[in-house]
Amino acid sequence: MRHLLSTKQLSREEAIRILDVAEDMSDTQQRTVKKLPTLRGKTVVNLFFEDSTRTRISFEAAAKRLSADVINFAAKGSSVSKGESLKDTAQTLAAIGADGVVIRHPASGAPAVLAGSGWIDAGVVNAGDGTHEHPTQALLDAFTMRRRLHGAASRGRDLDGVRVVIVGDIVHSRVARSNLWLLCTLGAEVTFVAPPTLLPSAVGAWPATVRYDLDEALAERPDVVMMLRIQSERMHEAFFPNPREYSRQWGLSAERWATLPGSALVMHPGPMIRGLEISDEAADSPQSTILEQVANGVAVRMAVLFLSMTGSEAANPTETEIA
Amino acid sequence: MTARTVLQQADINRALTRIAHEILESAKGGSDLVLLGIPTRGVVLAERLAAILRGIEPGLPVDVVGALDVTMYRDDLAHHPTRTPQPTSIPASGIDGRTVVLVDDVLYSGRTIRAALDAIGDLGRPRVVRLAVLVDRGHRELPIRADFVGKNLPSSTSERINVRLLETDGVEEVSIES
Repeated sequence: MRHLLSTKQLSREEAIRILDVAEDMSDTQQRTVKKLPTLRGKTVVNLFFEDSTRTRISFEAAAKRLSADVINFAAKGSSVSKGESLKDTAQTLAAIGADGVVIRHPASGAPAVLAGSGWIDAGVVNAGDGTHEHPTQALLDAFTMRRRLHGAASRGRDLDGVRVVIVGDIVHSRVARSNLWLLCTLGAEVTFVAPPTLLPSAVGAWPATVRYDLDEALAERPDVVMMLRIQSERMHEAFFPNPREYSRQWGLSAERWATLPGSALVMHPGPMIRGLEISDEAADSPQSTILEQVANGVAVRMAVLFLSMTGSEAANPTETEIA
Repeated sequence: MTARTVLQQADINRALTRIAHEILESAKGGSDLVLLGIPTRGVVLAERLAAILRGIEPGLPVDVVGALDVTMYRDDLAHHPTRTPQPTSIPASGIDGRTVVLVDDVLYSGRTIRAALDAIGDLGRPRVVRLAVLVDRGHRELPIRADFVGKNLPSSTSERINVRLLETDGVEEVSIES
């Protein structure tokens, strides 16, 4: 795997391979010495054209645990705010000697442009582009589900038949899109629940069930309920009358949470707005995987960096002989 | 391409039995032993050695075998297609102060063992680390040697040594392909 641009491009085998490598990475994170020498001497650039705290820190931790050098580049206060193009930024990074680029960009498709341009010869990892995809978030969500459902026997397993309900701001959510493609590839069934204004117009073409009523969806006793954040920074018009009404109709309140079976997982990609889309009772319950998702994010990103930054396709496989 | 079988099942069993005795002799008993196999076939061999050791030394700790994946410690990751790591599992009692015996199928350049020594360093501090291999084919690129060898097999670098074990390959033999 050279680049990770979307989960739509991943085959079932590739996806399971990433999750299995993440299991090994996660094991190493339980040790006293958490650092591995694998990417020693390589440089990872975190190229963030959009605000992010947890994703950037997670990628930075992942790269550092693999002994790579990390350069953080935030568009604010950089030459980009002076009008530099993506091409010139990329060529500057190439001149510095970047081996891997983790990019977040407000424009959908920017990571694909960077990967296919020839401006820079580095592995490109999409850390969220516009309303397109956020593949590592979907991978860490799938990893978290697989671990909770299969425990120590997770390796090699998919999510066949797992029923996932994704609730909230679907139209602005790259997390929802990445999750949809990955979960379908892994055999799970996805239901989107949102007010019609927060669903994309082409949602009918997606391999998902669509509902407008959260109580109906929860009555079907799903295995996983994933709440999404209301992305007010992307909302330039009124998508619902007011936050209180949204919360009453589509928030995971204490009452709704109490109707869920004890085995159902409550997930949230963060940052969560308590009291709007999720209540304290649900977020702090033992069924909630929210902090596990953060911890698993480092392992999954280590796996992605490892797979995209090592290996040369030209070399001959002589693995048995070298062993 | 001609393949010549150099060890058959009975030869492999005899070699492992001898190595088991040598391990006990050099460690003066089995009370602090840990056998760490290097995936994939090293783990199989470590489990077989443990079974033989239990027959000789009933006082052997129950939890004596582990697997040590060295993928993340290799120095040739950039020169080969991406390798998929295998799980590492260390006996619950740890390796601090123990006698660790690394087990692998073929000893060749010594680079795998170099990586294994680095990996061990991140897991703890054994009292002593020894190396047991089924086949030593020579051509070392690093100052590393095995303490326990099943069979010395002088070979040319153009030849291939294939170790096949029942558990992983369905057949049991060591052959040279040239």
